[in-house]
Amino acid sequence: MPEPFRVILFIIFVMAFAGLNAAYLVWCERKGAGHIQRRIGPKEVGPFGLLQPLADGIKLMTKQLFIPKGADPILFMVAPLMVMVPAIMSFCVIPFSETFVAREINIGLLMIFAFASVNVLGLLLGGWGSGNKYAVIAAARCVSQNVAYEIPMLITTITMVMVTNTMNLNEIVRAQAGWFFHWHFFRLDISLLMPVAFLIFFICSLAETNRAPFDMAEAESELIAGAYTEYPGMGFGVFFMGEYANIVIGCALSVILFLGGWQSPIPFNPAGFIGVLWGLFWFLLKLYALIFTVIWIRWTYPRTQFYELLNLSWKVLIPFSLFNLILTALQIKIFPWL
Amino acid sequence: MNGSLQQDLNQETFTLNLGPQHPATHGVLRVKLVMDGEYIVEAEPVLGYIHRMHEKMGENRTWVKFLPNCGRMDYLSALSYNHGYVAAVERAAGIEVPERAEYLRVITVELNRISSHLLWFGAFVLDLGGFTPLLYAFDDREQILDLLESVTGSRLTYCYFRFGGVYNDIDDAFITGTREFIKRLRKRMPMYHALVTKNIILIKRLKDIGPISKDMARRYGATGPVARGSGINFDVRRHEPYSVYPEFDFDVPVYEEGDSMARYMVRMDEIEQSMRIVEQALDKLPEGDIQPKKAVKLVKPPKGDYYQAVEAARGSFGVRLVSDGTNTAYRLKLRSPTYSNLSLFGEASRGMLLPDALALMGSLDLVIPEIDR
Repeated sequence: MPEPFRVILFIIFVMAFAGLNAAYLVWCERKGAGHIQRRIGPKEVGPFGLLQPLADGIKLMTKQLFIPKGADPILFMVAPLMVMVPAIMSFCVIPFSETFVAREINIGLLMIFAFASVNVLGLLLGGWGSGNKYAVIAAARCVSQNVAYEIPMLITTITMVMVTNTMNLNEIVRAQAGWFFHWHFFRLDISLLMPVAFLIFFICSLAETNRAPFDMAEAESELIAGAYTEYPGMGFGVFFMGEYANIVIGCALSVILFLGGWQSPIPFNPAGFIGVLWGLFWFLLKLYALIFTVIWIRWTYPRTQFYELLNLSWKVLIPFSLFNLILTALQIKIFPWL
Repeated sequence: MNGSLQQDLNQETFTLNLGPQHPATHGVLRVKLVMDGEYIVEAEPVLGYIHRMHEKMGENRTWVKFLPNCGRMDYLSALSYNHGYVAAVERAAGIEVPERAEYLRVITVELNRISSHLLWFGAFVLDLGGFTPLLYAFDDREQILDLLESVTGSRLTYCYFRFGGVYNDIDDAFITGTREFIKRLRKRMPMYHALVTKNIILIKRLKDIGPISKDMARRYGATGPVARGSGINFDVRRHEPYSVYPEFDFDVPVYEEGDSMARYMVRMDEIEQSMRIVEQALDKLPEGDIQPKKAVKLVKPPKGDYYQAVEAARGSFGVRLVSDGTNTAYRLKLRSPTYSNLSLFGEASRGMLLPDALALMGSLDLVIPEIDR
């Protein structure tokens, strides 16, 4: 395919994927919450309430973009974009299937983490720019939370880079080819603590995306809506889309690093176009299973307290991930043939 | 940046206005917080946003006409408030109540107490960020509301009691329905304990958080589950018996810890004890009238000063009547439990983190219309 077409095609795909995911994950979340809570969830708009996201979108878009008095207008308007745009950018390097990736960059993993950090900045500026005390508190919480959780997440990621010897996401997935026990999650021969590493990574991605039980940034019973308190209409909508896009990115990274990405659990890989779809199927299956877990956790657990959250990071996750790093290094050095 | 915020930023502390419209206050309570970062330096509850002058109304309306007001103070355990007022007037005017009516009062009040505690349970976990238990608790509470509706005719603001008795007799459907409900709730309570009480996050959020010492509870006149969670063994039903409570075998759950978890456990245990009382009352339910043979038409308590307290879901509800012998009260003082329970919030929350303080506030089980009356 000629390059310009490819680029345009992928831009459209990435935007549509991010947008549709944000819209329909809200629907899934509401339906899932409904079933967990013995109610039905959205059902009025369209069959099974499937058009509900569309209706919500129209509602949000038609609302006035009101900038409250005392807010910093530029920061206030830019902040939602700073959450949304990096998330969409990250989709560029996510390998949906063997050849189905917008840009195969050698430092894809690094790029995702670089963009993920901008997301925090967006929340901070949004909270600060709103000129609302609750929003400022939420923004401050958000920053210390993200600082705390990025460390174990990055240490775990470094471990994985050490194992695979590359930052190219596609290469990381290729290293897990074959049976399902070749996925990094099951590779106890590389590191005895591999499942723990996955758990650490998953918990950190929950905290990074401000999801329950770590949803300090929008603790609705304490801070009303946290950093989003003052946002009207689509300002809030864009924040929301960014949040869901970030969940998708976080879960996609977990799948790529630990659960074999687009690899099927059996060593059966058809060639050509069918192969691409086959990989896509497995990738999306794992991705949505993980996203469902995220939703499930949210509607099951109460929110943690803030210092518990930091304790968990500094006293449990960071030591464990450091230990895992050293253990993996030793195992790679001592048993290099594995 | 708005002016007040800018000014606050130059100081060590800032003022945070919690409410009157805030999801954690469950109503129109306003708390003025002086904060140092996320730590509370000083908390001052500001009341009066839905003050309706119930006490003054009591002085203007006849004794009977004030009855419906009682159901509108604490909308979650309205029957206890009915009971308090009715019992006070009966004591003042010397009205005899048939035994069956007293049993019916106990049954309905205890059911109402269970429904109130269930709603508190859901709303409290919601305060802690757990959304789901609320809907399960509402599911159970709905059954109680259906039962009470069949007897009292209303679902929330009951006006079921009359001077000298109750307004409506119960039928077999109510009795079997209540027994079935208790069986059902007995099955559900272990589930709540397994899923919520034993949840590690919930334990970490409640254990040793928001301690209220015995002394503090006494100084502020805290009653009900708040006092019993601080190790004060006081329950009006047991220690100043009224109605037919002495005839039932029930425990008064008391926890010594004084933290939010203790108050949580007291209420969860009280649900169990209330179920026991309802069961015993249904077993012992005597036949007979539900109102005096000679209907009470004109109430004119003799001159004097009377007091009657009952144990409402939130603590001891007291009614003080001063009668000058006419058909209206000279003075009607309503002592509502949450007013006292809330007043200790300022002292108890000092130095706490905001989310912990809100957990403490949730564990006080506030119903704002009852504070403001």
